[in-house]
Amino acid sequence: MANGNGSGGNGGLKLRERFAEAGSRIRNSQTWGSIFRPGSPFRAGYSDSPRNRSYVIMNNVLYHLHPVKVKRHGVRLSYTLCLGGLSFFLFILLTITGIFLMFYYTPSAEAAYADVQALSTSVTFGGLVRNLHRWGAHFMVITVFLHMSRVFYHGAYKPPREFNWVIGVILLLLTLLLSFTGYLLPWDQLALWAVTVGGNMAGFTPVFGDQVTFALLGGVEISGATLLRFYVLHVLFLPFIIVIFMAVHFWRVRKDGGISGPL
Amino acid sequence: MRSANAKAKAQGVPVEAILADMAGLPPPGAAPALAPTGTNGTAAAPAPAAAPAAVPAGPPEGVRTQRLLTVVQAKAIQQVKAEPTDKVNVWPHLLAIEFVALLVVTAVLIVISVVINAPLLEAANFNLTPNPSKAPWYFLGLQELLSYFDPMIAGVLIPGLIGLVGLMAIPYIDRNPSVRPADRKLAIMMFTFFLMGAATLVIIGSFFRGPGFNFTYPWSDGVFFDDLKDWLE
Repeated sequence: MANGNGSGGNGGLKLRERFAEAGSRIRNSQTWGSIFRPGSPFRAGYSDSPRNRSYVIMNNVLYHLHPVKVKRHGVRLSYTLCLGGLSFFLFILLTITGIFLMFYYTPSAEAAYADVQALSTSVTFGGLVRNLHRWGAHFMVITVFLHMSRVFYHGAYKPPREFNWVIGVILLLLTLLLSFTGYLLPWDQLALWAVTVGGNMAGFTPVFGDQVTFALLGGVEISGATLLRFYVLHVLFLPFIIVIFMAVHFWRVRKDGGISGPL
Repeated sequence: MRSANAKAKAQGVPVEAILADMAGLPPPGAAPALAPTGTNGTAAAPAPAAAPAAVPAGPPEGVRTQRLLTVVQAKAIQQVKAEPTDKVNVWPHLLAIEFVALLVVTAVLIVISVVINAPLLEAANFNLTPNPSKAPWYFLGLQELLSYFDPMIAGVLIPGLIGLVGLMAIPYIDRNPSVRPADRKLAIMMFTFFLMGAATLVIIGSFFRGPGFNFTYPWSDGVFFDDLKDWLE
């Protein structure tokens, strides 16, 4: 080290060594060790052992959704096509993009349309995020529907999983309601008249038809009150409900014996 | 030592008496000098070996020394019996697949979002009803049914009874325990008919319905499906 920075390849090697040394000092520090729990692949001295493979799952709050081990046929892509997991992932993606959109949107009949227009033209990445939110929502309806079909064809609703299928149907309904309430928010001709048609369908409910329409629209016909109502349902009420049902759904998957099958 | 404590509690006599009993010694009242050694743990070690000898003496008639706390049934919601199955570690085998699936969907979604803009028509106008007026695409199957049946049937009975209640009731109606496709031909056939029927109705409602919700051909009359307006123009 007496001659400082060397020149040529020799100096490069020393620089690399120094980086390696600094890296290992950081990994061995108390701070780093306090962030990554035992078994984390980022922790110093991680080795690929069965014990550490278990710790990766057990010691991580996010991965803990999974068991440590699953049946071998369950990890085949062709068995589940990841449809349930992708539905959940799309829900998270929609939450993130949705929070972004909430910064630029006012749920009033006067401002909503102009806000959405400004979002597409004058907000950085605003148009892209709105597109992601819209197409992601359509994707989620499709993946939830395909997930349900996959579960049916595998007979995965049979005992002891009957009730988890019922929760799944409720999740499908909540997904459709989330999509439907979001449909009105741009407050353009497409939104207004699609929700008019959908709202009319709800009015055909026997006995309580008028009351259902009134509760859904916040009046006898669509107005600014409907927009506020759909907004609150879309960004707060329905996500709150669907998260509760999702938690029960995932918990029951584990409690009912993990993934179904093999056929 | 612990078993001696439990036994003493069950019989209502001092621990020393039980310990002495287990060690095959006379009760502490007869030999008080021995009692302290019985409690300090050194004398407790040989106790299990000596216990069988003390069994015939046993507890008094009618006194139970064990209690049944609960019976865990195999049909509880937790699967209690562990069958030997071929299992693999979630990390890395499952997490790697899930991560790739997540990246692929994100990439596809970003490409679609860059290429196709979400629709935004003119501002909402209560005095201008577009022709045709269509519901969101996943309800277009129902709107299609509305053009065949009475609203009560198409708007309530079919989606409510068949769509929701019927779907939820499937596990309770289908009592066939087998999951092999060969054993459940009827169930698979019925569900496939349901899926195909729903998909057909949605496709007709989306692409084959024009002004006045009359039947049109998309290749000759154009597509009346505003969700993909940006892409179709």
